[in-house]
Amino acid sequence: MTEQVTAPRRPRWLDVVGILGIVALGCTVWLGLWITPPDVVQGNLARLLYVHPAVATVALYWAGGVAAGGSLLYLWPRTRSLFWDRLAASAVEVGAVFSALTLVTGSLWGRPVWGVWWTWDARLTSTALLLLLEIGYLALRRVPAELDVRAKRCAVAALLVAVDVPIVHFSVDWWNTLHQGGTILDPGFDLHVHGIMLWTMGLSFVAFTLVFVWLLGVRYQVEVLQDAVGDQELDVSLSERWSEDADLVSVTGGPAPYGSGGAA
Amino acid sequence: MWHDAVLVAGKDLRIEARSRVGLWQVVPFALLVLVLLAFAIGPDQASLRHAAPGIFWVALLFSTVLAIQRSVAVESGEGTRDGLRLSGIDPAGIFLGKAAAVGLQLLVLQVVLWAGVTFLFDVQVHVVWLAVVASLLATVGLACAGVLYGALSAGLRVRDTLLPLLVLPVLAPILLAGSKAWEAALNGNAPSGTQWLKVLVPFALIYLVVGVVVYGPLQEAA
Repeated sequence: MTEQVTAPRRPRWLDVVGILGIVALGCTVWLGLWITPPDVVQGNLARLLYVHPAVATVALYWAGGVAAGGSLLYLWPRTRSLFWDRLAASAVEVGAVFSALTLVTGSLWGRPVWGVWWTWDARLTSTALLLLLEIGYLALRRVPAELDVRAKRCAVAALLVAVDVPIVHFSVDWWNTLHQGGTILDPGFDLHVHGIMLWTMGLSFVAFTLVFVWLLGVRYQVEVLQDAVGDQELDVSLSERWSEDADLVSVTGGPAPYGSGGAA
Repeated sequence: MWHDAVLVAGKDLRIEARSRVGLWQVVPFALLVLVLLAFAIGPDQASLRHAAPGIFWVALLFSTVLAIQRSVAVESGEGTRDGLRLSGIDPAGIFLGKAAAVGLQLLVLQVVLWAGVTFLFDVQVHVVWLAVVASLLATVGLACAGVLYGALSAGLRVRDTLLPLLVLPVLAPILLAGSKAWEAALNGNAPSGTQWLKVLVPFALIYLVVGVVVYGPLQEAA
């Protein structure tokens, strides 16, 4: 029988963050869909403003920052601990979900406004590349290896990606200077966002950040459990194999396994 | 470090000179990509000429993946990597040596590709120095980033499928800057091309420095 791997107790603060995240998200939905007025120019499409910028911020800065910081701290000998490795890996995985959401929500907005689902704009292209880089990291993560070997390999990969992302960003910025991503992030645009719309947008940033922290915490725990299960499965299959050998020996009367002093 | 780098580069190049895998497999593959992409675009001479820089760089990028896989494969024999690790050679030297060997092969490949593009697509490079500088800078970037990712995937059973997934998105800025610089060189528009060198220089420098620093830990992890 396999002994059950017990989950580490979820810290209380994580539950609180989760509940706060759900409440904040609920308030964002309520304010965004019912309370705020439609935009003068974009009508109801402007309501994506309460989702897309916040999701993109989480994907790029929060997830990217935690992944790069965690990997760096793992590689630094003084702070080397599997905690940082698991945190970085969780951040990349949650970040990949948010990057994908950024692309999907941007695309939903782009279709009616630009007339196409996808355009070769600098910001879109660099986000798509970021998602591909994250998928590459996750593929590398899936390759079975010793925990510390995997950690070192993934930390280096994450850092190489972190170095590449600004280069990608600047190069595609030059490549297509006609990009329209500025519609949302243009500094001047904030002047047109007033009162309740601005508050809702601010709330969406808080809500998605809380959701990110919560997902990160939960994913971290799953990571710990996965490693524990992996260890245990190895132990179980080893002991099963040993007992198979012992049975075989007792039936055939062949040479005994090591240490039993059978063969002289 | 430099002496070690020369030793490692000499070893890799000698293996290539004897096995001729690069000559008989990587170079024909690069030319094949040129022809296939031309098929995809169609026989219209004007569009082919327009697409020539992009085709050149895509062919180079795909061939780089093969060259890196080959560079990893020569170390994948029984205990070869351990032997290299235990030989006392500075990891930074190994990195520089392997990158130099890959880079030299890529340079030869680019000469062949250049001839291929000129012959097949009837294009002419008007600003030769721009094309040459872009190629040299890109070669340093491709070789350094490639060897780093090669080391990352070395020793993995899935390395042949994993390596392209990891390395191609990372090399995207080179594809972009290289084809833009070449486009400018073909059109005789040097000022717009030099702007793209500003992407190639940091890429090459960053991966060169990062490689020298992290190759040691990477080697332990592989």
